[in-house]
Amino acid sequence: MRALVLAEHDNRSLKPATHAAVTAALALGGSADVLVAGAGAAAAAEAAAKIAGVGRVLLADDPAHAEALAEPLADLLVGLAAEYDALLAPATACGKNAMPRVAALLDVQQISEIVAVVDADTFVRPIYAGNALATVRSSDAKKVITVRTTAFEKAAETGAAPVEAIAAAAPCDAARFLERRVVESVRPELTAARVVVAGGRGIGSDGAFALVSQLADLLGGAVGASRAAVDAGFIPNDAQVGQTGKIVAPDLYIAVGISGAIQHIAGMKDSKVIVAINKDGEAPIFQVADYGLVADVFEAVPALIDSLSA
Amino acid sequence: MKVLVAVKRVVDYNVKIRIKPDGSGVDTANLKMSMNPFDEIAVEEAVRWKEKGLATEVVVVSIGPQAAQDTLRTGLAMGADRALLIKTDAEVQPLAVAKLLKAAAEREKPDVVILGKQAIDDDSNQTGQMLAALLGWPQGTFISATEKTGEGRLSVVREIDGGLETLSLAPPCVLTTDLRLNEPRYASLPNIMKAKKKPLDTVAPEELGVDIAPRLTLVKVEEPPRRKAGVIVGSVGELVDRLKNEAKVL
Ligand SMILES: Cc1cc2nc3c(=O)[nH]c(=O)nc-3n(C[C@H](O)[C@H](O)[C@H](O)COP(=O)(O)OP(=O)(O)OC[C@H]3O[C@@H](n4cnc5c(N)ncnc54)[C@H](O)[C@@H]3O)c2cc1C
Repeated sequence: MRALVLAEHDNRSLKPATHAAVTAALALGGSADVLVAGAGAAAAAEAAAKIAGVGRVLLADDPAHAEALAEPLADLLVGLAAEYDALLAPATACGKNAMPRVAALLDVQQISEIVAVVDADTFVRPIYAGNALATVRSSDAKKVITVRTTAFEKAAETGAAPVEAIAAAAPCDAARFLERRVVESVRPELTAARVVVAGGRGIGSDGAFALVSQLADLLGGAVGASRAAVDAGFIPNDAQVGQTGKIVAPDLYIAVGISGAIQHIAGMKDSKVIVAINKDGEAPIFQVADYGLVADVFEAVPALIDSLSA
Repeated sequence: MKVLVAVKRVVDYNVKIRIKPDGSGVDTANLKMSMNPFDEIAVEEAVRWKEKGLATEVVVVSIGPQAAQDTLRTGLAMGADRALLIKTDAEVQPLAVAKLLKAAAEREKPDVVILGKQAIDDDSNQTGQMLAALLGWPQGTFISATEKTGEGRLSVVREIDGGLETLSLAPPCVLTTDLRLNEPRYASLPNIMKAKKKPLDTVAPEELGVDIAPRLTLVKVEEPPRRKAGVIVGSVGELVDRLKNEAKVL
């Protein structure tokens, strides 16, 4: 069993989602290589080489892969597929975008967002917004898999794998990259943060959302949000937690003014400790909260900030 | 520009599903079924293009049992012109759906195919990308805005992990919708009546020459681990105390 893991990176640095995907790949019972496709991505490749258990790192360093466009990325993976029994990627925006293309070109039925490996053919994955866990067995000879990164430990960085340069795929003019507006933040990344403070429609305005950020900063945490808060423009889309947003599992998740729709709970219910602050004692969020505080956001959060900064 | 929109009939997003006691699957009998919310957004986008004069014809296609006709009629009531039902009672997994949609695209020759980014039942998030690959077309997934630009290209804004990204695509292409692309309309009663008279064709997967045999076997379905009920604290002070001394997360 040989597995190839697509690395998640921004050329300059490797993302910890990669480490979780490597753990899933090794759970298949064989070896794992890592593919870094980028431009000026040598640093990301060096970082991938340190992941424990990685056999070798393949580096396709070329302008064609600078923006991780799915078309050349899928072609690159398909070109490497003959040597591997399984191709994996973290279930990030990039992995979700590219891997089904790979699967279709290989005539394989992808297995999305696995949360456990039962054996080399059998996997567990959430369905219906995480309200059920399905165990599925694949009859495809080759596997194409995306990995829910919160479900796997991150592989350690004790390795020293060789980095091999490989040829890039041809660029595709039918899809051109124009621009990217990345939300710059000094806060920890949402999916990797130890603490997440998330705000919902109950916060009422983007001005008031500063309360959520202030609490997050005080705890060294990331800021999350419900769909309603993003739709209302309180905060950009990259903060959305849920079935169709990000999946998080921090040590502490504080939901403020969030009702607890199943689509939201799908993204945070594996957090270790959940705190809910909501003025409606009947809000469904209290059914998953370890600690509930029935209170108005505008009284409770400032008091919490005061008490924590004291 | 001709637009093909794929729609799926799923358990309504407001309904809590039940797992069969023997773990053999999810019991969907007698549950309220609706169009997958992301597909409603896809239909809405295509209909808006038509209203703006960007699209000439909007065709909705669904794969599923006879009852998927209702979903297609919803699409027609929202403003689509024609419908195609690829009728089967069998389970159809994303790769097979993509192959069927490819056959439909070869028949209909659209310039753009729009799909929801994921179906809220199996949460696979695969079909649009697979269809694009099988057709050899570029893809714009998880989109929150579209605009027609020069050279007949489309500019699309995508929701990605770090924020937003804009691509320029040359049709024919495949798009998949995210939640913030638009807010789908409710079909008016007159439009629902009109939709009953719009053409709806039915074909079988075999007629399209597609093998839909599943590649994944469902071994079992289980309840996810339940969280233990927590406590309601009386004050901010008690909350901080418990987080520090009981949960030890502060
Ligand atoms: C296909 C689909 C996908 C979706 N995906 C997601 C997803 O990924 N993530 C997601 O979050 N949602 C998602 N949703 C939306 C989801 O169904 C809910 O609509 C959304 O989560 C609600 O957000 P909310 O809790 O902020 O708002 P609301 O449900 O409006 O809740 C606001 C809460 O704030 C409380 N409140 C109001 N004022 C105060 C105050 N002053 N002090 C204290 N509490 C107050 C209220 O009691 C209420 O409980 C999806 C929906 C669909 C259909």
